[in-house]
Amino acid sequence: MTDRDTALAIAGLDKSYGRAQVLNGITLDVAPGERVALLGHNGAGKSTLIKLILGLIRASGGAIRVAGHAPGSPAARAATAYLPEQVAFHRSLTGREQLTMFARLAGEHPKAVAPLLERVGLTEAADRRIGTWSKGMRQRLGLAQALLGRRRVALLDEPTSGLDPISRHDLYAVIDEMAANGTALLIASHALTELEARTDRIAIMAGGRLVADDSLANLARAADLPTRIRLTAREGAADAVQAELGGTRVNGRAVELHCTTGQKMAQLARVSALGDAVRDIEMCPPSLEDLYRYYCAEERR
Amino acid sequence: MIARVLAIAGAEFRIQRRNRWLASATALMTLFALALTFAGSAPTGSLGVDLLTVAVASMTTLAVYLAPFLALMIAFDAVAGEAERGTLGLTLTYPLSRGEMLLGKFAAHLAVLAIAICLGLGAAGLAAWLAGGAGAESARALARLIATAILLGASFLALGYAASALSGSGAGAAGLAVGLWLVLVVLYDLGLLGALVVDGGGGFTRHVFPWLLALNPADAFRLWNVAGSQEVALVSGMAGAGAALPVWAAPLSLLLWPVLAFVLARAAFARVEP
Repeated sequence: MTDRDTALAIAGLDKSYGRAQVLNGITLDVAPGERVALLGHNGAGKSTLIKLILGLIRASGGAIRVAGHAPGSPAARAATAYLPEQVAFHRSLTGREQLTMFARLAGEHPKAVAPLLERVGLTEAADRRIGTWSKGMRQRLGLAQALLGRRRVALLDEPTSGLDPISRHDLYAVIDEMAANGTALLIASHALTELEARTDRIAIMAGGRLVADDSLANLARAADLPTRIRLTAREGAADAVQAELGGTRVNGRAVELHCTTGQKMAQLARVSALGDAVRDIEMCPPSLEDLYRYYCAEERR
Repeated sequence: MIARVLAIAGAEFRIQRRNRWLASATALMTLFALALTFAGSAPTGSLGVDLLTVAVASMTTLAVYLAPFLALMIAFDAVAGEAERGTLGLTLTYPLSRGEMLLGKFAAHLAVLAIAICLGLGAAGLAAWLAGGAGAESARALARLIATAILLGASFLALGYAASALSGSGAGAAGLAVGLWLVLVVLYDLGLLGALVVDGGGGFTRHVFPWLLALNPADAFRLWNVAGSQEVALVSGMAGAGAALPVWAAPLSLLLWPVLAFVLARAAFARVEP
């Protein structure tokens, strides 16, 4: 791939502090318009990776290109939007003043500020000091500054933290809009939730390494986690159901089975053969959390 | 570059105004200057100079302590405080160099200091002129005092940034700033005084001591004001040390200090990892 195809290119990236190796051979590309979720526990190296991409710290080995430029160079910084995890602003400035300062730093006309404040729903609070704002409002101001200018790469660190469900929904819309405009998005998070599941690709970090980098569907297929089937038996029939199908008794009348994706239909046929001994059936495909735990545990083994 | 420096300077000036630093620095300066002007008005008659000359001499002594103090109080938080609050990391991801950021803060802080010094010393000067009269000479001395006090403040602003960048936390930076003030403004002079007593008028006193005085920004400030006006020198009794030096020594020192201290601060800031 050339620099034109990849907005963000990371190859064989190492970072160590003294003898402690924080990042180990990270290779990751993000194309324009692509949304990639970067998952990992606290301390997995996500924040270090983001700081390296921003050029705030220097790598020990490997290479990063941001829109074809070295990280931290003026061109790379002009092309990069960043939403920090704990977004902080000057308490004694108003939202409008703070955003105007960022607009001028980004080379945007201060006129761009009012529509952006409107976009994130802060028009009313814009002329109050940020010190009086709630965490959710500060988070939205953080999002507004990430929308300034025409950025090729956006790094969002835990963007959903501190947001209520409605704001979260606005965030999804903003992320999709940025992607539609051709911005490459890297969204860091310590959990696999609705937001991360909506991305195009999921990269999982554990212990400073990249342990997975694929679409959610492919990751689920590769992990092949069992589907859980829970049957509620007719009164007194639970023993018979368990004798026929195996599995474990959960409480008085329920039986729980686990089966792989391939066995699912066969298992269902056996259940329906039992006739009215089964009153109800509930199928739970592996959850996002199960999948995330699987890949993180993979690394530990 | 100018646009980015101005963006930082504009925001920073607003912050200083909202934090009431502008108001308290100006009030402090005015209060002390007025108090000293009238408390020090006693020797006017015996020396045969106007009240403004005496006021300038007292205010020179005041500014030596107060201008560095105010500058350090404004500056110590500039880097460490922002790093601690988490605002530094985001700002530095913008296409803004660290030098530009520091320059923007410097411009805003210097404006605050200049306003406080102009209003404070100016008000006291005006009061002295109204109360006891002034001549062209003493008006020039006041203008020189105000300009050099701003230069002295600029030196300590930049030193404050260096302290702020070198210490990891706001509290550490505050401690370092107080230490700087003590060493450069108070202890340096005491040390020299001790050396003079030991030397007892020998080679050190005549050849080394005046240069050591000029080397310190606070003493260079004093020397420049004293050397500039015969009458101020007469009142402050500091003419002896200045006479042993070439005329350019103290002004050169005071003009170089802000620049060198800023270069030092920029170098220290380069090592900060937000």
